[in-house]
Amino acid sequence: MPAAISTEGLVKSFGQTFALDGLDLTVRTGEVHGFLGPNGAGKTTTIRILLGMTRADEGTARVLDGDPWSDATDLHRRLAYVPGDVTLWPNLSGGEAIDLLGRMRGGIDKKRKAELLERFDLDPRKKARAYSKGNRQKVALVAALASDVELLLLDEPTSGLDPLMEEVFREVVKETGRTVLLSSHILSEVEALCDRVTIIRAGRAVESGTLSELRHLTRTSIQAELVGPMNGLAQLAGVHDLKETEGRVQFDVDTDEINTVLRRLTEIGVRSLVSQPPSLEELFLRLYEPEAVQ
Amino acid sequence: MKSLAGTGGLIRLILRRDRIILPLWIVLLVAISVSYVKEYGDLFPTPDSRIKYASNAGFITLYGELSGPSLGEFVTWRLGFVPVMVGLISLLTVIRHTRVEEETGRRELLGATVIGRHAQLAAALITVFGANLTLGVLLALGMHSQDLPLAGSVAIGIVYAGTGWFFAAVGAVAAQLTASAGTARGIAIGVLGGAYVLRAAGDTSAHTDGPLAWLSYLSPIAWAQRIHPYAENRWWLGALMLVATIALTTTAVVLATRRDIGAGLLPDKLGPADGTLGSPLALAWRLHRGLLAAWTVGFALLGLLFGGVAKGVGDMMKDDPTIQEMFQRMGGSAGLIDSFLAGVMTLVGLIASAYAVQATLRLRVEESSGRAEPVLATATSRWQWAASHLVFSLLGPAVALLAAGVAEGLAYGVAIGDVGGQLPRLIGAALAQLPAVWVLAAIAIAIFGFFPQASMISWAGPAVCILIGLVSAGVATAGWIRNISPFTHLPSLPGGTVSAGPLITLLAIAVVVGFAGLVGLRRRDLPA
Ligand SMILES: Nc1ncnc2c1ncn2[C@@H]1O[C@H](COP(=O)(O)OP(=O)(O)O)[C@@H](O)[C@H]1O
Ligand SMILES: [Mg+2]
Repeated sequence: MPAAISTEGLVKSFGQTFALDGLDLTVRTGEVHGFLGPNGAGKTTTIRILLGMTRADEGTARVLDGDPWSDATDLHRRLAYVPGDVTLWPNLSGGEAIDLLGRMRGGIDKKRKAELLERFDLDPRKKARAYSKGNRQKVALVAALASDVELLLLDEPTSGLDPLMEEVFREVVKETGRTVLLSSHILSEVEALCDRVTIIRAGRAVESGTLSELRHLTRTSIQAELVGPMNGLAQLAGVHDLKETEGRVQFDVDTDEINTVLRRLTEIGVRSLVSQPPSLEELFLRLYEPEAVQ
Repeated sequence: MKSLAGTGGLIRLILRRDRIILPLWIVLLVAISVSYVKEYGDLFPTPDSRIKYASNAGFITLYGELSGPSLGEFVTWRLGFVPVMVGLISLLTVIRHTRVEEETGRRELLGATVIGRHAQLAAALITVFGANLTLGVLLALGMHSQDLPLAGSVAIGIVYAGTGWFFAAVGAVAAQLTASAGTARGIAIGVLGGAYVLRAAGDTSAHTDGPLAWLSYLSPIAWAQRIHPYAENRWWLGALMLVATIALTTTAVVLATRRDIGAGLLPDKLGPADGTLGSPLALAWRLHRGLLAAWTVGFALLGLLFGGVAKGVGDMMKDDPTIQEMFQRMGGSAGLIDSFLAGVMTLVGLIASAYAVQATLRLRVEESSGRAEPVLATATSRWQWAASHLVFSLLGPAVALLAAGVAEGLAYGVAIGDVGGQLPRLIGAALAQLPAVWVLAAIAIAIFGFFPQASMISWAGPAVCILIGLVSAGVATAGWIRNISPFTHLPSLPGGTVSAGPLITLLAIAVVVGFAGLVGLRRRDLPA
């Protein structure tokens, strides 16, 4: 089966700033794909290119085996989009906006709409101007999730939701069984929902893979009290940020290299050892840092 | 005073956001006003010519009564419409910096910082009051520099500033009443329009010794006017404007205290849980219908007003060569009344082009507010989306012009007992404005298509045409300048002859320019 979304070398600049700088992204059919990156990394720009709203300067993009720019209208019948910053027509009620967007997409499942309204605890009779940011986001979410589409493009869809509603969102996405591209900067959300993840920084994908593949990129942090001198420890592959104070060492080690490093430690002789398990959190923070992009 | 915390910062923010538009309208209105002194001094050098020019019913309806024949009084009278514009700009500015901020949620963002609950209102009012004060001072200096007496110059400054203050405060009250900026604007403009109509009706009635002269006393526009600069200089009327402004401002503050941020005093009704809207056109109808209704009613009133005074104007113009000449330059031809009606039609057409541009710019409003995005992410193509709005920017003015033509035809027809003859003539004359209106709409489409960030420049179209229309009505103007305006190329109706050539050319320009704009829209990033 072809990928639901694939891009190669996408470049997009706005004047001097490069929003995208050679982005590769592949979303397989049926998976929930996390699209993680700090603010301004280029997530929204990517999604807008996938929607045919913005035209890339260079590179190729395919969505549901079509060209997002020239086949936009046809593709839009098969996908639904939730923008990161939902604005609605102040005079329309939430229910009217949901039905309008659903019908313009080609139809809406009434039963599903009612169910989602219930679960998201949203009063559809209120005028849009009376909604908070979170409630406007719920309107867009209900409109998207109640449509019968193959692909969902969600751009930071939970940024205005309270924790309770975020939990509802996670349940609903888990149930959909559709292909989902979920842009986010919240790690726990991605960990809970996604099969695969792409991490984007400064317009470029810095890592991509399943969560367990990514775990290999994590580092275990180790504190040890050594018997002998720590000769050559710092030079070992995979050892980072080594600090030494009076026979105690503290360092991070790449999960892949942990075996070699432990062997070296026992050669020196270990009096005590504390190891902290790898966390994705740290990996992301590390990838978010500017020097992560060479 | 905690409720005012942060006002200073907000004032700076407003000044920054309006750093171009605010000085622009102040300088422009002062410059135009001051330029009238020499222009009208040259055109009407003698008191007799001035009194004669000012004493026709049409002008009295538009500008009010002339207080006396000195140059200062005459120029003040002829500028009678400018304070109304000052009022309009003031109320719009106040609403833009209060209710619009709340509706878009920017206020909420700021509200979380250390900003008091009345700071936004205070900042908007202080800025607009200050702008009006600056306008008044500059005007007084400008007028005095033209060798007009100092006291009168100060008084006309007070007329402008006082009107601006009063309607800024009206805007502030309206902004508290409803949660929708559109409705707030409607209420405030309604008050302004009402004040103008009261003055027009009262003054017209007074001129013809009718029973309704007292209506003027109800109109704050008439209060300001009757300060009578360069004549009595009635300072106490200026004080009255100030007191009224303070009263309204207090009302606005009290109302603001009684409501939540984002909410209005008039309750927001619940809407339906399920919608019937299902297409871009249905949505556009929903978004445009209020505007269409307002413009149509406004145009019908204009038609009634002009149709109603036409006969009287005609009777008066019979022995006034200056005004005959003026209406002929504005596009009139043979018959006097026809030339008056044709001049009026041009004016109505010019106003209709402002509606056309406003309706076209709804596209940009939808785009920059982010509301276009979810629509365009559905199966709606860009052209369908644009077309759904353009239906209203092209046909909306047609409906409004039709209303003006019908109303004018009925009013004038009844006055001279020839409804059957006048109605079709004036409907035709009104609709004949459309090709020029569409050209300006097409220019707006093209700017939106190619230079979306510069969309607001589209307003220059109607503005330039209105300026050319006003200037060339007053003084002889070079042909090439007049030819810039598409309205110059319209047949002078009723009464003139119609040749197809210019009309077809205008339509062709509209089609080509508008279509090019749509191509630009199809090719660019959206939102941009
Ligand atoms: N229309 C635009 N004009 C100018 N710069 C833009 C525009 N859209 C995005 N950018 C810039 O491109 C970069 C990527 O933005 P965006 O895609 O919105 O990031 P993200 O969604 O990951 O936060 C940012 O630096 C942003 O400022
Ligand atoms: Mg974003």
